Formats: sequence, structure tokens, C-alpha cells
Amino acid sequence: MNTLPLAMLTAAPALELSHVTRRFAGRGRGHALFTAIEKLSFTVARGEFVSVVGPSGCGKSTILNLVAGLDQPSEGVVHLGGAPVLGPSQHVGFMLQKDLLLPWRTILHNVEFGLETRGLSATARRERALRELKRCRLLELAERYPYQLSGGQRQRAALARTLAIEPEMVLLDEPFSALDAQTKLVLQRSFADTIATTGVTTLLITHDLSEAVAMSDRILVMSERPGRIVENIDVGLPHRDNPLARQSLPRARALMAHLFDALHLEERLDG
Amino acid sequence: MPSSADELTASLPRGMDGPSSASLPGWLQAVVLPGASLLVAFIALVIWQYLPPALGVPKYIIPVPSALVEEMVRMWSQENLLMHIGSTTTMAVIGFALGGLFGAVFGYLLGLSPLWERILSPYILALQIAPKVAFAPLFIMWFGYNAIPKLIVTVLVVFFPILVNVLQSMRTVDRDLVNLARAYSMNGSQIFWKVRFPSSVPNLMAGLRIGATLAVIGVTVGELVGGEVGLGYLITFGEGQANTAMVFDAIFLLTLIGIVMYWLVAFIETRALHYIPKAHV
Ligand SMILES: Nc1ncnc2c1ncn2[C@@H]1O[C@H](COP(=O)(O)OP(=O)(O)OP(=O)(O)O)[C@@H](O)[C@H]1O
Ligand SMILES: [Mg+2]
Repeated sequence: MNTLPLAMLTAAPALELSHVTRRFAGRGRGHALFTAIEKLSFTVARGEFVSVVGPSGCGKSTILNLVAGLDQPSEGVVHLGGAPVLGPSQHVGFMLQKDLLLPWRTILHNVEFGLETRGLSATARRERALRELKRCRLLELAERYPYQLSGGQRQRAALARTLAIEPEMVLLDEPFSALDAQTKLVLQRSFADTIATTGVTTLLITHDLSEAVAMSDRILVMSERPGRIVENIDVGLPHRDNPLARQSLPRARALMAHLFDALHLEERLDG
Repeated sequence: MPSSADELTASLPRGMDGPSSASLPGWLQAVVLPGASLLVAFIALVIWQYLPPALGVPKYIIPVPSALVEEMVRMWSQENLLMHIGSTTTMAVIGFALGGLFGAVFGYLLGLSPLWERILSPYILALQIAPKVAFAPLFIMWFGYNAIPKLIVTVLVVFFPILVNVLQSMRTVDRDLVNLARAYSMNGSQIFWKVRFPSSVPNLMAGLRIGATLAVIGVTVGELVGGEVGLGYLITFGEGQANTAMVFDAIFLLTLIGIVMYWLVAFIETRALHYIPKAHV
């Protein structure tokens, strides 16, 4: 990374949320505010891969929007590399369940999309886009349009676009949840590998407990709305770049069972 | 690695992926279907030619096809038909272009300012419902017997479907795509040109397609109500002379102009929207 801001050179964590609360205007009768997340604090170290799990509607995507600078906290601050987040940042890339590829652009031009506000020449943009496509093994599909790709290929193209801006932090909001089980495994492997080689700091939001265990260094468990961090689990497993190998380890099984309890899934199934 | 089945489907050449040609090979289908359509037309013409005379229907009620051809030739040589066709076509094209331009520009402006859209939406709805062609006599009273009234009617008729289509697409543009562009630090005009406008093109083209057919209706009404030129005028002229064949011919030519305009827009549309997979028929 050649464009590290000064703050990144200091010891500041890659991401820090301190007492972050986000309220939304109440819907329907009355004007009661609606609290999505409350007094949420956590940090992510540089190069770390952190997953966030929690029940639906607990505010996971809200966190992502705050970190991406698309939304502002009602209280508290979000710091990226030591600097407060006041708006979208050049150093953050994000990816959703939807691939968000522009259907009227070829894959190559889609990957260039994020580079078009970076003051790069057309050739420099193309070079970088091709490099990312190569890393995501999509080079031979560069001239295709999104509709000509499978769901898994499209998600990899979205990752290539996200990495093309050389972000310091990548935010992934359930990037695999729309895929079938097999493609999902293949893609988790491919993402884990790519992310490990780039060394980029990653925040992954997921519903899939085994995915969280297989891919991350640390797992944050959130409570029901208003969302708070109720548990902070160090995964402490080898092979971060190979989720499949990880999943078969005994400690991984134990962690998954623990997460299952932590989220009270049993009670909710009964209730 | 993606599954090899994915690679396979993704690498099929375009136009060949689909169960549409399950029973017939493509080239055969391309010959048989238009052939069948032509055959239907031929049978209809034969019936039209011989049935009405056989039933004793007078030719000023239903002129037979051969009489229509004769009348067409007569109009060409004696009524300056080409000039009338040219006038109607020009008016339709100009009206369509202006109506489309205004409709699109207003659609995008309103789409970008929800406040104005909320303020103006009741009037847009009212004007959209109002029968625009009924304004034609009014415009003639205001502007006289010239090209302006029919042009205004045409512009109005074309304006609304395009405005409404563009507005609709601006409302439904994927918020996540806009957020993605924002996350990449794009400003308002970059987001418009890189995301909002291209997203709206399918709707814009659908509006233009409707507009192309409506343009001919607009011009025709203008010419019917007050004109000395154009195919609409020939209809009233033919009616005055009880020349049914002339009326039939003028209607036929108006339809033809509409079809050509529609076809041109549809052609541009398929070119512009090549990135959308064709629906399997
Ligand atoms: N712009 C908004 N206005 C009002 N309420 C909102 C807004 N965005 C989110 N919310 C509410 O905030 C809560 C948290 O939403 P969020 O999308 O962060 O949940 P989530 O944890 O990502 O859920 P899921 O796992 O289902 O994706 C939800 O109840 C949602 O309805
Ligand atoms: Mg969510």
C-alpha cells in the first residue's frame, strides 16, 4: 500500500468504535426514536480479520454503514486508522450480499469503477483492474457482462472491484449468503486466500457461524436489538487462508457449539 | 474455482442459450414463422377482395384492396401524396424528438429533487390523465391554422409517458448502488452519470417506444382538426368527398409511419440495452 495516511503509521488500531449509538426516526405512531445499536465499542487491529454475528435486525449492517461513512452515529465516534470518520473514505471498500455490479459495464470496467475518482490515468486504472482480476482468477472473463457470469463469479468480480482501490479496510456484509452451499465453500476459500495475501484488515458480517469460525481471527457476538457486543471470542486457529481445513479441527467444532449457545438459538427454536 | 458447470453456461454464445428453439432449428424458425404471417395476410386480403362484393356491400362502405391500390396511385399523382406523407412524418419526428427531450429532462430534474416531485405530482397525474388531443382545437384558436398547434399536441402526447417512465426509474434506482458510488467518494453529478442515468435507460427507452406510436396519433388529431396538409387532413378531405378508399389509404399510411418510428426506437433500444439478457420466449 503506497498511500498510507499519516495516522496509519502510528499505533492506532485500524478501526475503533467508541460508545457508538445509532437511533432512527420512529416509524408509525408517535415519535419514539428507534435504537438500532447502543453504546457499542470494539477495535480491530491492522491486518486482523474480525467477524460479527448476531440475530437478524440487531444492527450489523448499521455498523457497516457507519464504518463506511455512509451514515453518522447519533452518539459516539468511529475512528479509522486513528482519524474520525466524517464521510466516505478512500481507504474503505465494502461488499454486500448483492454483487452491485453495474449491468451495463463489462467486468473490467466494473472493477475500474471505484478507481475513477482516484485521479488515475486510464492506463493506470486498467492495469490495476487487470491485476485484481488476475488475483481473483477472472482474467478470461474481463470482457464479459455481469449477466454472463455465475453468482460465484460475480461475487469474485465484486471482490476484485473492492480490492482494486487498495483499501486499508474491507467491509463484507454477508457476501456469501445468496450462494448455494457448494459455491459458498469454494468462494470462502478463494476470499480467505485473497484476503490473506493482501493482508487487508477485514470486517465480515455473517449469519453463518461456521463461516465466522472458519474465516476469522476474532468473532464479535451481538445481542438482540438494541445491538451490543455481548461476547468477544478469539478464534486462535491456524490456516486462516484455508477455511475448509479449519472447519475440521476439533476446536472449530467446540467454538461453533459455543456460538450456538451464545446466540440462544436453542431457545429461539423452541419459542 | 467455480464449478465447471458455471463456466460452461457462462461461455455459451449469446442467442443460443434458451429453450425457445426446442422444436425447430433457428434458421427454419426464421423462415417458417414470417411465412405463416404472410400467408395469413394473403388469405385476409383475398377474403377482403371477394367477400364484400359477394355480399353486396357497396364500395363506399368497404372498398376492396384493389380499389385501395388504385386510389393510392391516383393520390400519388393527383393529390401530391408525397408532400402529405412528408409533412406528417416531419411533424411526428419533430414532435417526438421535442416531447422526448422535454419529458426526459423534466423526468430527471424531478427525479433529482423529491421536494419538487411531491409538489408537482398531483398536477402531473392530472395532466397525464387529461386527453391531450382534446386540447387541439384550443391551440388552433390560440395559434391559428399552422404547424404549431399540431406540434404542441404531439409534444404533449409524447411528453408524459416519457416523463413518467423516467421519474419511475429515478425513484426505483438501487439505493445500494448509489451508496456504493458514494463510498467511492463520487459526487452528485458523477453518481448521476455513472449510476442513476444508466440505470434509467431501460425505462427511458420503454417510454420512447410508447412515445413513438403516440406521436403519430398527436399529429393526426392536429391535422384532422385544423390543417391543410398531412395525412390527417387527407382523411377529412376524403370524408368530405365520400372517398372511402382515400380514408383507408391515409389510415394505412399513418399506421406505417407509426410502425417505422416504433421499429427505429426498438432497434436503438436493443442496441443500447445489449447488456440485458434476452428473455426466453
Ligand atoms: N434507515 C433506516 N431507518 C430506519 N430504521 C432502520 C434504518 N436502517 C436500519 N434500520 C433498522 O435498524 C435495525 C438494524 O438494521 P440492520 O440492517 O443493521 O440489521 P442487521 O443486523 O444487518 O439485520 P440482518 O441480519 O437481517 O441483515 C433494523 O431493525 C432496521 O429495521
Ligand atoms: Mg444486514
